[in-house]
Amino acid sequence: MTAPAVSVESTQAPPPPRRKQTPRKILNTFLWYVSAVILALFIVVPIYLIFVSATTPDANVYDYPKSVIPVGIDTDNIEAFITAAGVIDAFWRSVVAGVITVVLALGIGAPAGYALARYVFRGRDGYRLIVLSTRAFPIVILSIPLAVMYRNWGIFDTVWGVALMHTALALPFTVLITSSVFVSIPRELEEAAQTLGCSPARAFLRVSLPLALPGLTAAAIFTWVLSWNDVFAAVVLTLRNPTLPARIMTSLTQASLPWQYAAAFVMLVPSLIVIFVIRKYLLGLWGRVVK
Amino acid sequence: MTASTVEYTGKRKRNWAPYILLVPSLLFLLLFFATPMFNSFVLAFQTPDGVWSLESIQTMVDDVSFWPAIKATLTLVIIVIPFQLALALAMALVINKRLKGTSLWLYLYALPLAISELAAGIVWVSIFTQKGWLNSILETLGIIERGIIWQSAESYWTLIGIIVVAEMWRATSIMMIILVAGLQSIPDEYLEAAEVYGASLWQRVRRVILPMLRPSLQVALILRIILAIQIFATAVALAGTGLTVMSQQTLEWANDIDNDNVAAAWAALMLLMSIIATIGVLWLLPVKDEQQV
Repeated sequence: MTAPAVSVESTQAPPPPRRKQTPRKILNTFLWYVSAVILALFIVVPIYLIFVSATTPDANVYDYPKSVIPVGIDTDNIEAFITAAGVIDAFWRSVVAGVITVVLALGIGAPAGYALARYVFRGRDGYRLIVLSTRAFPIVILSIPLAVMYRNWGIFDTVWGVALMHTALALPFTVLITSSVFVSIPRELEEAAQTLGCSPARAFLRVSLPLALPGLTAAAIFTWVLSWNDVFAAVVLTLRNPTLPARIMTSLTQASLPWQYAAAFVMLVPSLIVIFVIRKYLLGLWGRVVK
Repeated sequence: MTASTVEYTGKRKRNWAPYILLVPSLLFLLLFFATPMFNSFVLAFQTPDGVWSLESIQTMVDDVSFWPAIKATLTLVIIVIPFQLALALAMALVINKRLKGTSLWLYLYALPLAISELAAGIVWVSIFTQKGWLNSILETLGIIERGIIWQSAESYWTLIGIIVVAEMWRATSIMMIILVAGLQSIPDEYLEAAEVYGASLWQRVRRVILPMLRPSLQVALILRIILAIQIFATAVALAGTGLTVMSQQTLEWANDIDNDNVAAAWAALMLLMSIIATIGVLWLLPVKDEQQV
């Protein structure tokens, strides 16, 4: 995994000139590497184990003690999970809810992020405070009163209802993240385009937007995963048309362990891909949210 | 934040663009954030027939699961957060040390960031279940003779322990990322100076890093405590009926018992606890103005 330099390295001043390597220093460095490996194992080993659990052939599912080295790789479990009643439908509902969430959250949040990044105006700090303080509330819990509102509006138990809730969940982050993306693009470029005769809108579309696209894509991907992962709101807001996590959650107590393992596997794969795709933006996405 | 509240500055034509850009998000937050928040309190103080009364709150408090759910949730929050903070700090320090392959370490530590609560819960079920990975490994190594029942409903503290481990695995990444970003803003010279004067790692953490990290710590703690109060799927997957948490009670009243008012009372209670926790963190870790970035 030779990832290109992340911002960790690039934003730092060049390292000071090397001092003499004393044995103590070498031991010290060695201990840092040992810590790095131990911490990484804590994260990676459980993921490896669930992959082995989910792909264990039927005949070996109840072997004990289990062997950490896979006895064989088999997709029976995963197929059984996918073909279980309603799972495929729930899967697509999750995908669609995620896409709607991304479109809504970026469609509503990105303009606000742009305004925060580009304009100095009265009420700017007030708006930032509103957005920041939404993070001090357990947003998922709001799905309870939302369920009551949805019944009146006729969107209870629909993908739209779930997606609107997920948009509320994602919006504060989308605003702050897109604002940090636009801040990183020099406004002079846009101004230059305007002096050359572009309208402000055209200057934005032709100059800022293409430059912002990678950052916005990373924000979009992360928004999608927020929606993909939500269990609680989806369980509250759906009944017969659950998303994938809601479908798994409601049958968790009756489900066999191999079925659960396969379910976890199917939920995990997109998450791991997502983090891999946006790895360069991790610090930008979350780190800058602090500020 | 309507335009009418903005005074005309006189010098330049007022630019309406930023306000127009903010309007959609404000309307959305009003409809899907402020309204449900307000409604959760309205519903909590009404009966299912819409009559104003304390009945729903009384029902919530009188329920046999009321105190157990609060106890379990708060116990988990109180145990998980310090452990998580220590783990996140360790990860952030390793990243900030800029060893070879920093981007790989960061990627690995950040993996759980995108993993759902439910998937994480099941991952740890595969480890802690009686014929699961932990017992398999311990028995193969000869450390135990017979599998230990980790998920026993009779052993409250073992259940709490395994949920704590699962939560540390699942939810530390977000803290780690915030702390790494915070560490980057500490000038290298400070740490080098401390090192030159012979400060041990612990002294550097205690005297230089933690004080300078305060703004990041504040944000990380507020975010995590609020999320920890909402702990749900990890606890349900691992503990089943062995213990109950506040979210689970909320859901039970909403879906199984079909009483949105009591569910809303739970939601309102969790809202209040989150606000108190936020104020608590702001009070315990005040950030001086010049530190605010």
